[in-house]
Amino acid sequence: MIRFDHVSKRYPGQRDALCDVSMHLPAGELAFLTGHSGAGKSTLLKLIALIERVTRGTALIDNVNLATLRRQRIPWLRRQMGIVFQNHQLLYDRSVFDNVALPLVVAGYRSTELGRRVRAALKKVGLLERERAMPITLSGGEQQRVGIARAVVHRPKLLLADEPTGNLDPELSAEIMELFVQFHQVGTTVLVATHDIALLKRFRYPVIALAGGRVAHDDLAGESA
Amino acid sequence: MIVRRKRTRSQRGEPRRGPGRGRGWAAPLLGWLEEHPRAALASLGRLWRNPGSTLMTALVIAIALALPGALWILLTNTQAASEGWDSGAAISVYLEADLNEQAVAEVEQALAGIDGATLVRTISDDEALAEFREMAGFDAALAELTDNPLPYVVVVEPTATGAGATELGDLADRLAGVTGVDRAQVDLEWVQRLHALLALIERGILLLAALLGAGVLLIVGNTIRLDVLNRRSEIEVIKLIGGTDAFIQRPFLYGGFWYGLAGGIGACGLLILLTALLATPTAELAEAYGSGFRLQGLGAREAAFLLLGGGLLGLIGARLAVGRHLRAIEPA
Ligand SMILES: Nc1ncnc2c1ncn2[C@@H]1O[C@H](COP(=O)(O)OP(=O)(O)OP(=O)(O)O)[C@@H](O)[C@H]1O
Ligand SMILES: [Mg+2]
Repeated sequence: MIRFDHVSKRYPGQRDALCDVSMHLPAGELAFLTGHSGAGKSTLLKLIALIERVTRGTALIDNVNLATLRRQRIPWLRRQMGIVFQNHQLLYDRSVFDNVALPLVVAGYRSTELGRRVRAALKKVGLLERERAMPITLSGGEQQRVGIARAVVHRPKLLLADEPTGNLDPELSAEIMELFVQFHQVGTTVLVATHDIALLKRFRYPVIALAGGRVAHDDLAGESA
Repeated sequence: MIVRRKRTRSQRGEPRRGPGRGRGWAAPLLGWLEEHPRAALASLGRLWRNPGSTLMTALVIAIALALPGALWILLTNTQAASEGWDSGAAISVYLEADLNEQAVAEVEQALAGIDGATLVRTISDDEALAEFREMAGFDAALAELTDNPLPYVVVVEPTATGAGATELGDLADRLAGVTGVDRAQVDLEWVQRLHALLALIERGILLLAALLGAGVLLIVGNTIRLDVLNRRSEIEVIKLIGGTDAFIQRPFLYGGFWYGLAGGIGACGLLILLTALLATPTAELAEAYGSGFRLQGLGAREAAFLLLGGGLLGLIGARLAVGRHLRAIEPA
């Protein structure tokens, strides 16, 4: 699903944020991306989501080369994935329902199918009764779950999460992580960036560790074919 | 060993059909048909929730559209009022000097015999001189004269009403050909001057309309530009979720259209108000001149033009502003 070959990323006027990163996340896997602050976790996710472009090397998502993808095709690629952001990135002038519906609206779903799917996603994250609420009236954990519902409502093949449990207590973190496991179990490829060691210990899934922009450890290294 | 296989769609990096994979072609099309009214209503609702700034912008556009509209109405009314004036045009036929009464009567008869000519009245040399005397300043000069140097003048009108300038010219030529006639002069010049002036004014109004139209483009463009900047974070989120440029700019384009349409409606309102205020004084003025002329207000065609033109200008203004600014906003 995700394949990096000697990928480097340099922000203008800085040293490489990612340096010679090679890795492979097969379809249907759930893996953790970890590393110290500034190791390049967010940068790697941004490359996958095409928020940033690769400086050197090849990055393939589902065999699509990110380096040569035209600008107009970016929306199409982003619709294949769901992204959970640490800062939620919700629209605070719209209801929970409208926020979760956004990926479907963008993709041109009809309202009948849209309502069904949005409620299914909200039910999954346990927020069905809050669909009319405004995001600002929700707690941090609830907002994070709205973000997750929005990331999965269009049933993406690939789910990316950047510090999804960033400032939540351990109980809530585990609950959120439990959701990712459920999506993994129905066949979604999931990549979770986190520096929450306790979470890594509790959920024993493959870990890719970055340090200073390089791959320091890769549980999946042997498996890639 | 290298195995050559036909590459699948996704390996070539091509989109799977439709957003939901295998939903067929009808569903996206229907979704798209649903999306347009949704974007139109959403942008209308957004304007509705900010009535203050929306009204201000619409009013500025309305005034910009109403100004050339008012001038246009004034022009068409002036044209309508001056329409009948051509037919009132007369030809002054100057007879040769030193004709006696008998000869004058003969010439009058000959003139009356000309096809299409109606004699209105004859001004004798004495009457003409008397008229001159009444004008201040001429008295002393005329006292020096022993003879009356003025000729008889026969005023002739075309029998047919609404005769054009060329027909009048032809008639004058024929009148001038009668023996005993010195020359025939069409008193039309001022009408022609008026028409030339009106044509000039019409051109001026069109230029002014073009200028103010460009102004409307800039007003809407700037309003939409601020709108885009205000909703920057929202645009970023929608881009992150996979919204295309077309999707993101759609509500802004509708917004521009609504601004322009509201401006057009406002302009129609202003013009209706204006003509209503001027109707009574105009009627009174016309009556004083014994004319049945009534002020023609905003016609259906002009109103449609204002509404459509306003909406179109708004749309174009929004399109000019939004493309550039959307491109600059990328999630980071
Ligand atoms: N937009 C940017 N412009 C310039 N430099 C950047 C930008 N984003 C990240 N960097 C740099 O790239 C490096 C990697 O940053 P990144 O955000 O990927 O780290 P991270 O592993 O996500 O850290 P954290 O755990 O703190 O989120 C850092 O040195 C950072 O300063
Ligand atoms: Mg980060």
